[in-house]
Amino acid sequence: MSPRGLRPRLLVAFVLVTVLGAAAVAWSGAGSASTALVTSAQQRLTETVAAQIAAVAPELASPPDQSALERLRAAVGRNTLVVYQDLRSADGSVSALVTDALRSAVRDQKRLMAQRITAEGTPWLLLGTPVMTTALDGARTPSGIEVYAARDLTAVEQEIDDMTGSAILTAALALPLAVVLALLAARSVLRPVRDLRDTARRLAAGDLDARSQPQGADELADLTVTINEMARSVQTSMAAMRRMQADARRFAADVSHELRTPLSTLTAVVEVLAMTADGMEPDARESAELAITETRRLVRLVEDLMEVSRFDAGTAQSRMEEVDVTRAVHDCLRARDWLGVAGLVAPGAVSARLDRRRLDVIVANLVGNALRHGAPPVRVDVSASGEQVRVAVTDNGPGLPEHVLPHVFDRFYKADAARSRTPGSGLGLAIALENARLHGGTLTAENIDGGGARFVLLLPRDAEVR
Amino acid sequence: MSREIRRFVAFVSQASAVTGHPGRVVSILDGVAAILLIEDDPLVRRGLELALSRHGHEVRTADTGEEGLRGFRSSTPDLVVLDLMLPGVDGFEVCRRIRAQGEVPVIMLTARGDDFDVVGGLAAGADDYVVKPVRPTVLDARIRAVLRRSTSVADGVRVLGDLRIDTAALTVEVRGAPVALTPSELRLLLTLSGAPGRVFSRQQLLQEVWEHDYLGDSRLVDNCVQRLRAKIEASPGTPAHVQTVRGFGYRFGPV
Repeated sequence: MSPRGLRPRLLVAFVLVTVLGAAAVAWSGAGSASTALVTSAQQRLTETVAAQIAAVAPELASPPDQSALERLRAAVGRNTLVVYQDLRSADGSVSALVTDALRSAVRDQKRLMAQRITAEGTPWLLLGTPVMTTALDGARTPSGIEVYAARDLTAVEQEIDDMTGSAILTAALALPLAVVLALLAARSVLRPVRDLRDTARRLAAGDLDARSQPQGADELADLTVTINEMARSVQTSMAAMRRMQADARRFAADVSHELRTPLSTLTAVVEVLAMTADGMEPDARESAELAITETRRLVRLVEDLMEVSRFDAGTAQSRMEEVDVTRAVHDCLRARDWLGVAGLVAPGAVSARLDRRRLDVIVANLVGNALRHGAPPVRVDVSASGEQVRVAVTDNGPGLPEHVLPHVFDRFYKADAARSRTPGSGLGLAIALENARLHGGTLTAENIDGGGARFVLLLPRDAEVR
Repeated sequence: MSREIRRFVAFVSQASAVTGHPGRVVSILDGVAAILLIEDDPLVRRGLELALSRHGHEVRTADTGEEGLRGFRSSTPDLVVLDLMLPGVDGFEVCRRIRAQGEVPVIMLTARGDDFDVVGGLAAGADDYVVKPVRPTVLDARIRAVLRRSTSVADGVRVLGDLRIDTAALTVEVRGAPVALTPSELRLLLTLSGAPGRVFSRQQLLQEVWEHDYLGDSRLVDNCVQRLRAKIEASPGTPAHVQTVRGFGYRFGPV
């Protein structure tokens, strides 16, 4: 899985959200709890100190002496400082803790003040209050005595620390749970996504039956349904296209086949005409000759059409045998009386395993084409490497126009609008190309320097039937 | 007696042996053969009949397999030209029945690229095939080539192991018993046994026996060899006379 994959991204996002959420909740919980804890501790301590002072204060003489201060201090408890003008009574470390700020605040505001400080790692709650005397009429006046008490908050802090620790623990415990939940969530999202990806791959590979099963009713299920519909519509169009294509091919094959029967009759009878043409009137003789020529052309065209239909239908068969390519090319030229117009250049016997008849068709079409559209002398080069046989047919004509070159193997492609010389079927080069491909070979056309077109046939020496 | 006359006499006896119709011999020598054309399409049939007649043959026609077989029995022809695509009894079956009744050569009319037809037809015992639409000149050449296979090549008797080949009378005996060979089988045997031990490629045999051009169909040879072996070999699976040279062709013996 790539680090930028959906799964790690989902995982990280989910875990972050969960842990941050848990941490925030725990943190704010711990915060407010500790505030409450401190406040209540402060309240409790304040009330205790106030009560202790109130219990002793009425008995104090005014002005108080040192012993009165001592009594008051003892009543309030440890870590207490009692001050009256220059008199002071202290116990424990409170004197060092009480700050000037607290003392001036108590003096100025004349009421109980509290301050939290930390001294040498120990948290303290400092309380300072003036002792008030109540007159008979109920009026309260400051007696001039100030009581400062320091109370150790370590226990409270400990409690708060424990709470924070449990909050962190909660967040930490949430982490694996979050990971598991994230994995589950990621899987529930990713499984349909992966299904869709597999389906898309199969579709792309040509398996148009591939479908995904939509799960649930979410957006991914919608997407799955949409993709299934798309696949179905592609499948339908493809089927229709194939059917039309097959129909077209079958039609071409059927037409050619049907044409063959009347052509059989024509082929038979035009020869009777040819054999008796000598005794005919000139116009009748010329008509007979035209009928003969055109019948042969028609036969050639229909045979080529049927050959093309077989290639289209994939029913073209080949019979592989050991062939001397040089000999086969020579035979091809000799059988068509081309040895005078086409020169064969070959290193000697070149053996290859291929279909003799199809090789003959290729060479005949290439040389025939060179003689029709190029100019003599036509040169046929046969050569061989370890794996391949090369047959190059080069003419001496002007070469192929640039705009013709890409279409030279197209069916019925006409290079020149006006066809002056004996035309072929218009399928010869297309058939030659198909035959080369049937052998697992190639056929290419090019112009050579100094004019002239060259067709190069490359065939594997040991062709496997495609 | 001049050599020609001796060959003529030999030919008469062979032709009689093959066709069972002594009267036919003269016509073959004149280059005129009695041909039975079995073709269902009336216009194609008439066209081929006209053309073959123009080439000097005596043509009888039939439009179905059944009628063709009737015509074959009523007056045995020198050669049958048989369209494979026939309604009713098809060409393959007609060919098999003709073969069952004797050694009269059969040339099939097939559609190009229909390898199934060619293979089936050869298996049914046909001697040669042409592809429709066929030029009558080509068909006539094939007909004459087939008929030429029943002419003697030399005077003499070849005794090769358990085989006795009379090259003048064109008769073959295997272990003393006469064996009836079709013209193609006979000419193949004569060609191979004429040079025992020499290896003939399929293309060479096609040119010598079938008189085909350089693009001849080697399956004709293989098929004919099979049928010949079935007739003359003691065990056709391990032939002693007509041996295969793998990747090249066939040779006769060495016994």
